[in-house]
Amino acid sequence: METMKLQKQVTASTMLDPKILVPAIWSAFVKLDPRLMMKNPVMFVVEVVAALTTIIFVRDLVTGGANLGFTFQIILWLWFTVLFANFAEAVAEGRGKAQAESLKKTRTESQAKLLTGTDRTYRMVPGTSLKVGDIVLVEAGDNIPSDGEVIEGVASVNEAAITGESAPVIRESGGDRSAVTGGTQVLSDWIRVRITAAQGSTFIDRMIRLVEGAERQKTPNEIALNILLAGLTIIFVFATVTIPSYAAYAGGSISVVVLVALFVTLIPTTIGALLSAIGIAGMDRLVRFNVLAMSGRAVEAAGDVDTLLLDKTGTITLGNRQATAFRPIRGVSEQDLADAAQLASLADETPEGRSIVVLAKEKYGIRGRDMHELAATFVPFTAQTRMSGIDAGASSVRKGAVDAILAYVDGGSPRTVASGNTVRAVAATMSAEAREIQSIADEIAKAGGTPLAVAKDGKLLGVVHLKDIVKGGIRERFAELRRMGIRTVMITGDNPMTAAAIAAEAGVDDFLAQATPEDKLKLIRDEQSKGKLVAMCGDGTNDAPALAQADVGVAMNTGTQAAREAGNMVDLDSNPTKLIEVVEIGKQLLMTRGALTTFSIANDVAKYFAIIPAMFLAFYPQLQVLNIMHLASPQSAILSAIIFNALIIIALIPLALKGVKYRAVGAGALLSRNLMIYGLGGIVIPFIGIKAIDLIVAALGLA
Amino acid sequence: MTVIGWIQIILFCAIVVALVKPLGWYMTRVFNGERTFLSPVMRPVERGVYWVGGVDERREQHWLTYTVAMLLFHVGGFALIYGLMRLQAVLPFNPAGQTAVAEDLSFNTAISFITNTNWQNYGGESTLSYLVQMLGLTHQNFLSAATGIALAMALIRGFTRSSMRTVGNFWVDVTRCTLYVLLPICIVYALFLVWQGMPQTLGAYVDATTLEGGKQTIALGPVASQVAIKMLGTNGGGFFNANAAHPFENPTALSNLVQMISIFALGAALTNVFGRMVGNERQGWAILAVMGILLVAGVTVTYWAEANGTSALQALGLTGGNMEGKEVRFGIVASSLFAVVTTAASCGAVNAMHDSFTALGGMIPLINMQLGEVIIGGVGAGFYGMLLFVVLAIFVAGLMVGRTPEYVGKKIEAREVKMAMLAILVLPLMYLGWTAVGVVLPSAVASMANAGPHGFTEVLYAFTSATGNNGSAFAGLTGNTLFYNLTLASAMFVGRFFMIVPAMAIAGSLVEKKSIPASAGTFPTTGGLFVGLVIGVILIIGGLTFFPALALGPIVEHLAMNANTLF
Repeated sequence: METMKLQKQVTASTMLDPKILVPAIWSAFVKLDPRLMMKNPVMFVVEVVAALTTIIFVRDLVTGGANLGFTFQIILWLWFTVLFANFAEAVAEGRGKAQAESLKKTRTESQAKLLTGTDRTYRMVPGTSLKVGDIVLVEAGDNIPSDGEVIEGVASVNEAAITGESAPVIRESGGDRSAVTGGTQVLSDWIRVRITAAQGSTFIDRMIRLVEGAERQKTPNEIALNILLAGLTIIFVFATVTIPSYAAYAGGSISVVVLVALFVTLIPTTIGALLSAIGIAGMDRLVRFNVLAMSGRAVEAAGDVDTLLLDKTGTITLGNRQATAFRPIRGVSEQDLADAAQLASLADETPEGRSIVVLAKEKYGIRGRDMHELAATFVPFTAQTRMSGIDAGASSVRKGAVDAILAYVDGGSPRTVASGNTVRAVAATMSAEAREIQSIADEIAKAGGTPLAVAKDGKLLGVVHLKDIVKGGIRERFAELRRMGIRTVMITGDNPMTAAAIAAEAGVDDFLAQATPEDKLKLIRDEQSKGKLVAMCGDGTNDAPALAQADVGVAMNTGTQAAREAGNMVDLDSNPTKLIEVVEIGKQLLMTRGALTTFSIANDVAKYFAIIPAMFLAFYPQLQVLNIMHLASPQSAILSAIIFNALIIIALIPLALKGVKYRAVGAGALLSRNLMIYGLGGIVIPFIGIKAIDLIVAALGLA
Repeated sequence: MTVIGWIQIILFCAIVVALVKPLGWYMTRVFNGERTFLSPVMRPVERGVYWVGGVDERREQHWLTYTVAMLLFHVGGFALIYGLMRLQAVLPFNPAGQTAVAEDLSFNTAISFITNTNWQNYGGESTLSYLVQMLGLTHQNFLSAATGIALAMALIRGFTRSSMRTVGNFWVDVTRCTLYVLLPICIVYALFLVWQGMPQTLGAYVDATTLEGGKQTIALGPVASQVAIKMLGTNGGGFFNANAAHPFENPTALSNLVQMISIFALGAALTNVFGRMVGNERQGWAILAVMGILLVAGVTVTYWAEANGTSALQALGLTGGNMEGKEVRFGIVASSLFAVVTTAASCGAVNAMHDSFTALGGMIPLINMQLGEVIIGGVGAGFYGMLLFVVLAIFVAGLMVGRTPEYVGKKIEAREVKMAMLAILVLPLMYLGWTAVGVVLPSAVASMANAGPHGFTEVLYAFTSATGNNGSAFAGLTGNTLFYNLTLASAMFVGRFFMIVPAMAIAGSLVEKKSIPASAGTFPTTGGLFVGLVIGVILIIGGLTFFPALALGPIVEHLAMNANTLF
């Protein structure tokens, strides 16, 4: 949440940044090009009628018409309306442009060491000449020439260029950290990289295009909204073009410029002007969160998500299990167990091992001992033995999986136990100690922990309780998601018992235990067949099918290239919890559009009351009753309405860029709140605004 | 306004609401193809109809096939009416010896009856033979009503079905609607009307000698059978020129009440059918609440305006409200209520002259029609019209809760919005556009009986009524001219079919979508918030469209009247 606040501040400050505002003014004029305006039907129509009235004005100027001053002012404000809309879009784009500039700097022309044989011989080629499938050598100090996959070696890489995080990250072949990004720099060691992206379509290229808004395509809801706005515009064409005939019947006439003024104030210019700015700002917000969406569709889909699949490790729990208790068997003191466990863990660099040392020190004051002093040798963990420890002279200490330790004590030597069933089968013949260890282990597993048995010199001492630590505040986040109507499902490789305990503690709605990648894929398909939209995040190659299947797949930047390509978003910070913010940003985007549309349409009520009486007053003086705002004169009423209509665009730019705040309070409450603000407010505000402008217009003698 | 008056209005509303559930239950069974108590009698007839028509009742249709079937059906209906009218002089059942009807009038009338409008540029008793009334008009009264309900069913299936391609079978829907719903009710209803004093005869007109010794021809005919379906199917085309104001077409206060109830009965029950079919009756009640609130608001204004009368009447010493153009046996309440009901429901039968209402009292019927005939509306048509507004309301509001908008489990996306907009768009094009022509074209202006805003309202009302497929006339306008026969026919045609095709496209698009289960993030569409929202959207979108026209018609007339200027 702290990052969120930080982002907000950034948003607020850049909005007033002259570096963005000044070029935006220029670009507002450039965007008057009708070919560009065509993309926005509502504002295009305004431009057309503005041009039309300008021609009529010039004609009247030459032939000498009446009311030229008034006509001129109306036309001026018509053009302002178009310019303000362009300005809003330019400001939104400007913010992305600044970011794109800094990205472009990293895309420097670099030389690449193209490997020519199986050994380390290479020739220097320009980075731009690389093709997909080429293999290059990148050594300390080199820039990685293009996106690729590490196929050999380990290196520390500075990825600050794309993540903004200066601490180097490890990239290595195999596993889930094999993807490298062009433009990042190798700090130490060397790696062989197979190029996976052609020039112009690398990650950074895509990122630049994205933040520049060049690749922006209209999202599905935006298209639907545009249709609605175009439809309303056509309805108002009918409503206004029929008026001259009605007026003629009543024995009056209405000038074209007044009709145009009525038309422009009625059509939904407010939302029409801000629509593309809202879209750009939404993408921009994601980028500021260090999330890259590959399409606008994905951002909208995020707002619609019904089910969130979250990996337990790293998302719900801290990455590592921690020792929380020593559970000795009868006849063994906790102190002894702690001592033995600490000995076994001295050289164990895994987080679990370290947590045992820490717990022993905190709880029993057992200090760290030096391996050399003890003349001990470390027995590392292997997949076969599934235990680790030390041998010091005749003495040996082991800790490990319960069945592995039991087998070790039983047979005097480590023995592989294939499955839990085998353990149960031999349980009848087990010693009392072994049975006690087993029952403590079961207890721990039921509580969601992982038991780690400890034995010293062939004698069982007890069990260390390793616990998954659920991240602080995660429960509240899930409660919030539930209020949004989103179901969370925890995915874990743990057994169902452990998974259930952690699920209960974290407050997720459901869990999938002992999950294989196929299970994950199946779960997503099942949810989708029920009509639900599923979001998930993943990093490994085996996550790729699920990421591709999910409606919103957020790949971790640290992940494999396969994962990054399968997902439709990439999280540069590789923080799975961020999925929640992504959902909020998606919702915010839709809400801002809805709110401003409502506001825009609601505004029309006041505009009618300003313009209709003014328009018909000449031949039906009785309609003065409808002038409930008591505007000074027909001309000032029309002028005030059109000025309000233009200025409200400028006034709402900050809201369009920041977005309407999302609150997880349930749809009904959210809607009534927004209806009050943007619906009712949309009806009331223009009455006040138009009246205020009318006072000024009258005071200045403009009309 | 009086307490007795309000009791009448409340009684009417209560009976309509009480009928919603039983009728809804029954119609749901009918359209789901389940057994009903009429099955032993009607099932063989139904099978016979399919056998004759070569219809396989189990074979369902894609929305396009469904729509094309419906359109072809109407081509047939048009040819039948047009042919009968042109040839009535040589056909039987013509005791009054009516001659062939003119081409443009026949065209207008044929379009009028196939579109469920029943706009009448003719006087029934002075123009048409019994054969035309029965075989042409009564028959289309049944089928245009059945068509409306069938289309509503197709749209409802769009919401209830998930990932399918078919929306039902048009022939089956129309047949079942006619045999199980319209026909049985009408038989009982017609008998009731006969009991109330309505003629039902093929005998010739009767000549009576008046007290002064003069001769008066009293028109008769098979009235009750036509009136029953005219009301139940929201057709509204009167047997006699005076429509429901004629003593033979609406003899008593009781027949008046039952006629009003029958206008609303099926349209209101369809909301319940919808609720039952989507698996939550409250969805239906919410829609009915939207309609009900708009209706009561309209009744209140008209009743208030008529009961208060005008300053001009009071200046003449006439107290007790505005009785001009109203039948004494109905009075102000029943006339005001009837006017609002008949225009809300796209029926168009009238028991008083709307032209003689006060400016504001007459404005409400106008608004009812301009809102798109969605306050109960025509049978079926009102329901799918209302759903178009719901689609728009849900779309705007749905965005405001941060999700792609959805209604009863279906996502509302670009295609639905496009079609809903298209349907809503053509309405103002017709009534505003033709009015703009009608008030300046000299040959059309000649048809107006009154000058100034009142004459303007007459023209606006005519085109609005035609576009909304209402068919009620404000009167005061001579409609049987070439200009009005053709323009009104075009308004009726566009108002009906340009609304149906997009609505069916929505049905076709929805039926293919998956149904999404509701969650806490889904905006609830059963509560007061939803009701208020839909009302707001209807009033704002509708209101913004016709406010300038209203300002130049009834509003300015009302203001002028207060200033003692009359038109």
